[in-house]
Amino acid sequence: MKHTIQQVFHSGKFVFGFSVFVAILLIVIVYPLIITDAPLDIISQGTFFEPGIYVNVYDSIGSQPYTLNLDDAAANRIAGRLGDKERLDMKEWLLAYGVPENEIDVADTEQLLGLWENHFDPKASIAGMTNAQRNYYIRLNASLGGLLSTEEAIIAAKDLDTGTLEEKGVVAQSDYVNINEVANVRVLPLGTDNFGRDVLTELVKATGVSLQIGFVAGIIATLIGLTLGLLAGYVGGLVDDVIMFVTNLFTVIPTFVLLILISFSIGQEKRGAFTIAVVIGFTSWVWTARAVRSQVISLRHRDHVNLSKLSGHSIAYIIVADILPYIASYVVMALILQISSGILAEAGLSILGLGPRTTEVPTLGLMMNWAMIYQAQILGKWWAYLPVLVTIALITFSMNLMNTGLDQVFNPALRD
Amino acid sequence: MPDKRKVCLSGSGLTKVFGFGRQKTVAVDHVDFSFYEGEVVSIVGESGSGKTTLAKMLLGLIGTTEGEVYFQGKKRDISTQKKRLEYWRNIQAIFQDPFSSYNIFHKIDAVLLDCINMRGGRKLPHAKKAEMMAHACSFVNLKFEELTNKYPFELSGGQQQRLMIARIFLLKPKILLADEPTSMIDACSRATILDMLMQLRDEIGMTIIFITHDIGLAYYVSDSVYIMERGRFVEHGSADDVILRPKGAYTKRLIDDVPKIYEEWDLSTVLPYKHGG
Amino acid sequence: MSNVMLEVKDLTTKYITRFQEDIYAVDHVSLKVEEGKTLGISGESGCGKSTLALSLMGYYFPPLHYTCGEIIIDGCNISGMDPDDVRKSILGTEISYIPQSAMNALNPTQKVIHFIEDVIQAHDPYQTKEEIYELARGCFESLGLPASVLQQYPVELSGGMKQRTVIATSVILFPKVLIADEPSSALDVTSQKMVIKMLKNLMENGFIKSLIFITHELPLLYNVADDIMVMYAGQIVEKGTAKEVVFDPLHPYAKGLMGSIIVPEEGLRECKLTAIPGVPPNLKNPPFGCRFAERCRYARPECTAFSVGMRDLERGRAYRCILSEKELRDAYRRGGQ
Repeated sequence: MKHTIQQVFHSGKFVFGFSVFVAILLIVIVYPLIITDAPLDIISQGTFFEPGIYVNVYDSIGSQPYTLNLDDAAANRIAGRLGDKERLDMKEWLLAYGVPENEIDVADTEQLLGLWENHFDPKASIAGMTNAQRNYYIRLNASLGGLLSTEEAIIAAKDLDTGTLEEKGVVAQSDYVNINEVANVRVLPLGTDNFGRDVLTELVKATGVSLQIGFVAGIIATLIGLTLGLLAGYVGGLVDDVIMFVTNLFTVIPTFVLLILISFSIGQEKRGAFTIAVVIGFTSWVWTARAVRSQVISLRHRDHVNLSKLSGHSIAYIIVADILPYIASYVVMALILQISSGILAEAGLSILGLGPRTTEVPTLGLMMNWAMIYQAQILGKWWAYLPVLVTIALITFSMNLMNTGLDQVFNPALRD
Repeated sequence: MPDKRKVCLSGSGLTKVFGFGRQKTVAVDHVDFSFYEGEVVSIVGESGSGKTTLAKMLLGLIGTTEGEVYFQGKKRDISTQKKRLEYWRNIQAIFQDPFSSYNIFHKIDAVLLDCINMRGGRKLPHAKKAEMMAHACSFVNLKFEELTNKYPFELSGGQQQRLMIARIFLLKPKILLADEPTSMIDACSRATILDMLMQLRDEIGMTIIFITHDIGLAYYVSDSVYIMERGRFVEHGSADDVILRPKGAYTKRLIDDVPKIYEEWDLSTVLPYKHGG
Repeated sequence: MSNVMLEVKDLTTKYITRFQEDIYAVDHVSLKVEEGKTLGISGESGCGKSTLALSLMGYYFPPLHYTCGEIIIDGCNISGMDPDDVRKSILGTEISYIPQSAMNALNPTQKVIHFIEDVIQAHDPYQTKEEIYELARGCFESLGLPASVLQQYPVELSGGMKQRTVIATSVILFPKVLIADEPSSALDVTSQKMVIKMLKNLMENGFIKSLIFITHELPLLYNVADDIMVMYAGQIVEKGTAKEVVFDPLHPYAKGLMGSIIVPEEGLRECKLTAIPGVPPNLKNPPFGCRFAERCRYARPECTAFSVGMRDLERGRAYRCILSEKELRDAYRRGGQ
């Protein structure tokens, strides 16, 4: 036993897959302890905020300002609002307006802005320009206001009685705040989703739920498959025929269709995460039962089983003590695969909208479903679906790798 | 001259057929035999002769298609688990591959403890059980203190097989069926195994039935020999009669084809090629 | 003084396990096989005789590694040669090898003739199928096998016929030495006899010049081999003619081994078979000195003090023991063995 475990942990594939899986598990367990927000809380007003660090502007005004004189500050400021695209657009407009090309230098910001200020007329009608484009240029013009100024910004508070603005303070262009001193900073590494939830927190919770569903489904399926396989293989005869008949029924009906039908007929209210796990478990045991049965059939004629019979042991004892340990390694591998396929089955169901109730817990499949419904992929909001895909892939990959590693340990013939 | 020996195990018309219709194989074909108490019998046959199937039928591990087995003169009845248990108190087996006779997940003590339990000793105090196991081990020249709590793979092939004999010593059945007990043992350890089996026979009057393909071995240990070919007994008699003065053509060929060292081994009797052979 | 077909001096090869342990399966083995002679190698399972067979070909692949020693085939020294070169120029043409259960080498989905074509074309890609067929037919007929076998599938043949087919194929390129490792153990006695007869024919018909026959069955070896070598724990412990080794063994292990032979011949029932207690040593840490000492009835403290070499007597007879011939014979007489 000890030697087997030593061999298992020598197997590169198993160790790698195991490490990835344990890393995922650790994240699922430790993350909620650090970030204690409820995953389904809607935190943003508006959909699909991009990933980034969100700093509370109100608090940053009240924070201690520090003066930093950086050479590229002004250039960065301008580049932020007047990027290459905007410069080329302005040049296009000016050319269409009639300004000779040799006078326009896109690189020279002052000259470009000067030309723009002189010539821009929101009412001018340029040939071939649509309304949308005209509105774009009007917005562009508005955003350029005060671009080159070096004036300070003034913070004023409104007097509640008189309604006049009183100057409270200034913000110079060289004022910086230390982000650690700002009271409210929220890191959203994966932005928010269509509802306005923090995708990362939601993802971690969803991974945990999906893993749980996978475990429950996998264990149920393996237990059913193991029991039926043992009985069919060892007892044989009529018991074998009956069990095989049932197994064949389940083989012929496509499991996923069966899953969909059961899920649909249970109805939305009764579909909790655990119920879905049980349903998946009860429909995916077929392969395990078949495999266990064939292993048991080859085992039941072995000498040690015969000797057990001759020593007066009962059928139950022989099945548990003489057959079960010999197929244990096989069952462990089957369990890993069942868990992995349970997770995938849930994801598949949820994408179709037949997964667990959407109001209680997120699952990986549900997140995919929401991303699809709200057209994240069309809108280019990759953070709403890509991390989920990667997580599903990592989980299945790590489990399959563990399985291959175990297989090579238990079947030396498969070693490379 | 009337035979004063008592018949221990006998069979008439014993048959085993596998499969149905066109695919059926007759593994054992209407076999008759009588084995006497305290006798050493060998059933000699090549692979495919049906000797292993016959052994399993005699042990009651597989059912019979036709024919009857008689134990001590009475028809054998193993229809219920209880009756089977009773039968197995009287007949036991040793198999060819000593390693596969063990459950690799259990310590070797389990094998001996099972025997004590089978003889009704389940409630005995642990010290008494240990004493019985040590005594059984010493019969086969093994030291129980060295073996206890070990797993089967920690023992050599010879030790494993000897432990199987210790098991028989504990059970003291009336009949022992030994299926090629020495074919997977080193030549140098073979004599030990055979000697121990003979000693058991001498002490408790046990009938030993050897199943083997090795006609030399059969000649060395047996009182009587049965030759089996394609499911039938084609010759039987005392060891000297069958081996030194064979009557049947199959028996003669079998003995001819075994390499000899004292006599000339005549290679010219190799049969010419037949299609399909 | 006939030609020496195969000469081996101090050959040592080892296995390196996955946990980087060394197992010295063949330890300083020296032997000579002359033209027209059959050498028999005997020993129990685990003594290293199959490893010796592989090592004699010079074809080493991990986990089997060559350590030292010389292998000279008909004057050509192949020790330490690159495995690829060995495969191209030595295997099949100079020295050929039949492993245990060689009949499993036949591809069940191809006719026998395809198997032979593969073998021949691996050495000479330019032979046409007709030439190969003629060569195979000639070979088979002179060995007493019908040519119709060539067009059959392996599943249509019996075990004995498959084994003989593979043996015939292994000598089709007329190697000088054939090494047969337990060629008949998996067969029933009748097929075994056919295989043995065929092996003897190989030399008479000039397909091979000498034969090395490896088996644990001594009566078989006695009838096939001219000289016999007994191996124990990776070393040779006795050498001599077949008659000498079987009827007058000197080394205590060989003596025990010969005393455990069972043959269905008159007088067997009155003999007492000898038994040797204990088991062969673990080759990961072989005991120092004589490897048989722990099981030997005649062992003395000196046996494990220094390493024991072969004692050479006249005409190729040798044994590995510190006791002299006279001392051993006296001990056997006294011990009643």
